[in-house]
Amino acid sequence: MSTYAKKQGFGATLWDFMTTVDHKKIAILYLISGGLFFILGGLEAMFIRIQLAVPDNNFMSAGTFNEMITMHGTTMIFLAAMPILLGIMNAVMPLQIGARDVAFPFLNSLGFWLFFFGGVVLNLSWFMGGAPDAGWTSYASLSIHSQGHGVDFYVLGLQISGFGTLIAGINFLVTIINMRTPGMTYMRMPMFTWTTFVVSALILFAFPPLTVGLTLMLFDRMFGANFFDAAAGGNTIIWEHLFWIFGHPEVYILILPAFGIFSEILATFSRKRLFGYSSMVFATVLIGFLGFMVWAHHMFTVGLGPIANAIFAVATMAIAVPTGIKIFNWIFTMWGGSVRFTVPMLYAVSFIPSFTMGGVTGIMLAAAPADYQYHDSYFVVAHFHYVIVGGVVLGILAGITYYWPKIFGTMLNETLGKFTFWFFLIGFHLTFFIQHFLGLWGMPRRVFTYLPGQGWETSNLVSTAGAIFMAVGVIILLINIIITSVKNVRVGNDPWEDGRTLEWSIPSPPPFYNFKQLPLARGLDAYWIEKMEGKKEMTPAEPLGDIHMPNGSIIPICITIGLFVASFGALYNMDADKTWTVPVIIIGLLITFGSMLIRSIKDDHGFHIHKEDLMDDKDKEVKA
Amino acid sequence: MHVEEKFTDATWPAAPETATLEGKNKYLGFWLFLGGETVLFASLFATYLALKDKVPDSGMLLAKDLYEIPLTFAMTMILLTSSLTSVYAMYHMKNNSFQKMQAWLLITVLLGFSFLALEVYEFKHYVHLGHTFTSSAYGSAFYTLVGFHGAHVTFGLMWFLSLMLRNAKRGLSLYNAPKFFVASLYWHFIDVVWVFIFTVVYLMGMVG
Repeated sequence: MSTYAKKQGFGATLWDFMTTVDHKKIAILYLISGGLFFILGGLEAMFIRIQLAVPDNNFMSAGTFNEMITMHGTTMIFLAAMPILLGIMNAVMPLQIGARDVAFPFLNSLGFWLFFFGGVVLNLSWFMGGAPDAGWTSYASLSIHSQGHGVDFYVLGLQISGFGTLIAGINFLVTIINMRTPGMTYMRMPMFTWTTFVVSALILFAFPPLTVGLTLMLFDRMFGANFFDAAAGGNTIIWEHLFWIFGHPEVYILILPAFGIFSEILATFSRKRLFGYSSMVFATVLIGFLGFMVWAHHMFTVGLGPIANAIFAVATMAIAVPTGIKIFNWIFTMWGGSVRFTVPMLYAVSFIPSFTMGGVTGIMLAAAPADYQYHDSYFVVAHFHYVIVGGVVLGILAGITYYWPKIFGTMLNETLGKFTFWFFLIGFHLTFFIQHFLGLWGMPRRVFTYLPGQGWETSNLVSTAGAIFMAVGVIILLINIIITSVKNVRVGNDPWEDGRTLEWSIPSPPPFYNFKQLPLARGLDAYWIEKMEGKKEMTPAEPLGDIHMPNGSIIPICITIGLFVASFGALYNMDADKTWTVPVIIIGLLITFGSMLIRSIKDDHGFHIHKEDLMDDKDKEVKA
Repeated sequence: MHVEEKFTDATWPAAPETATLEGKNKYLGFWLFLGGETVLFASLFATYLALKDKVPDSGMLLAKDLYEIPLTFAMTMILLTSSLTSVYAMYHMKNNSFQKMQAWLLITVLLGFSFLALEVYEFKHYVHLGHTFTSSAYGSAFYTLVGFHGAHVTFGLMWFLSLMLRNAKRGLSLYNAPKFFVASLYWHFIDVVWVFIFTVVYLMGMVG
């Protein structure tokens, strides 16, 4: 096996990552690029807060501010939060169900590259004539009249990265249904795997409406169609419906994996089985189902009428029931446990009240008549940052810290981690708590500045100060990552010592085939069961044999580059002075479909790791 | 069972498309993909219904002035028949009769092309009458819904053809059986979508 451990040059490593189909390496790609986009979105947030720190500020122009809020929202949702969560799912879920890889390793790589190049298209807008400026929701009434090409970048960037996400969703669903190790029944799956499963189903059914919405916008803006042009019979409300039929499930796509991560962490560091596991599964599925029934609560003020508003208000409030079940189960998991306050556990404990506050304002917003007052005010901004930062981002920070040793084989520094935690948590509440009141005092969202003397000055300054705290927390995290990587102190299988699930039964990072022999899962928390019986490792479910592995491939990048090229043709299609656009679209699509054809006609049987090689490995371990 | 295994008619499995783990994954993954496609077309149908007959001035042609049922009925019959012939192809695939499968797939492809030719004729006819992609919201919605379906038909035909040509000389194996099978699933899906287009767009277009 020495060939696999050989030190590689930079070029070889780069090529390796460009062609990899290994879920663990793709996870690292997702985490790195998601992390970069997170920093980008964070910088945009800082610029917004600097502009709003004092009244009548002229740090940036109104137009730039519109671009800034649009790109902050779009980047954070589509290019930071989702990819980082997909990265954690990629790294952990196959290990949790005892699989050697995902069902479609090739598509896994394709999904990543589509996301990445979609993000690149979106962000190139900064350098190519201006970023999108119609808000992250890009309501058609605004966006079809937006000058320049900003909104076109939004449409094409999200379209490309959306395909990637859809592919990832299908891939995870098939992996969980078909590739669980012997004994791993559905009701023995770890909670994070369950949330991955439900989230993947949400992705499958939520992304196609976005695809259609973006296609209609693309046709309107770039090919002269009239879907949203009222003068030609069009209707802009269609965009709002399609966007929110996608957009509401999207918030559950973001929060459910965080719920899964916290469920794992709370059980691990309470050293107790997750309280009410079956009700947790039930609540997750129910949230996923109800998530599709509530999209019009984003549209209460559109004028759909009292009956529609009432139905959607009640459906929205109903979601509080399964969410409440989860909150209580987490509290009962800690109750009577021997709790260890590690960094991930700190995040988990602070998440419960923070997220609950976001939930409470959610119920307030769900009351349709009251929503007419809150609508488009800073109250809404405070609400969704409480659920997204207090839920998703805390979940991401907790998940990164918790799974860092499994992904990279080193342990992040706990002291620095605690600094990050306190700076981030205090900064978060400082930034967003006051925004509830700003909203109630009448400050509208999406304004680039405000006049003095309305009682908003101090509150806005406090909010900006909080944002600086959060930035300091993130900088400490980056320092922590650098120090940890330089020190490079390797850790064993189960560095948190209380791991309960299969991923902690194998080395950190795992070998590229994950499990030498598939493990036998004898119940929920399969590894914990073995540990309680005094065993060091899992009971194998199969004799040692050849392992079949997929080959790496460069084709996913080729497919993606084709779409990347074509999107620039589409972007400039309506400019009368540019005659090259249609040929560029055709060339791009030819690259894409040509690569797909090559993939289809070139046989790829993968390769086998022979039994003997695996045995060598084992012998070495014995000697050491 | 393994992808590179050699089979006789007697040992060929009853369900070759799901005999390997790769096949099982493809089969399930493709069904899920079709679930997503269903939502995609549902969104397009909803858009079409919202924008049907929405034109900027009263002189423009509406659904009831445009559609011709005999033509679209013929298209429906052709596509339904092609779905049946692809079933025959899969029947022969399961019996390990490669040549018969290829023959039925060829018939399927020919029927698909004739459907597409009629659709091109239909679109040209409408454009001639002034009902175009950019003339009205109704036009945009019509061409997008029906055109998305047409693009799916085109892709399906290319898919069938490349599979048939690629495997012409080497026959069936557990490696390519799932590929043929999911392509035929895709073809059935396209057919079902067309049944809805025929009903919702053309038949309902005639009555109101």
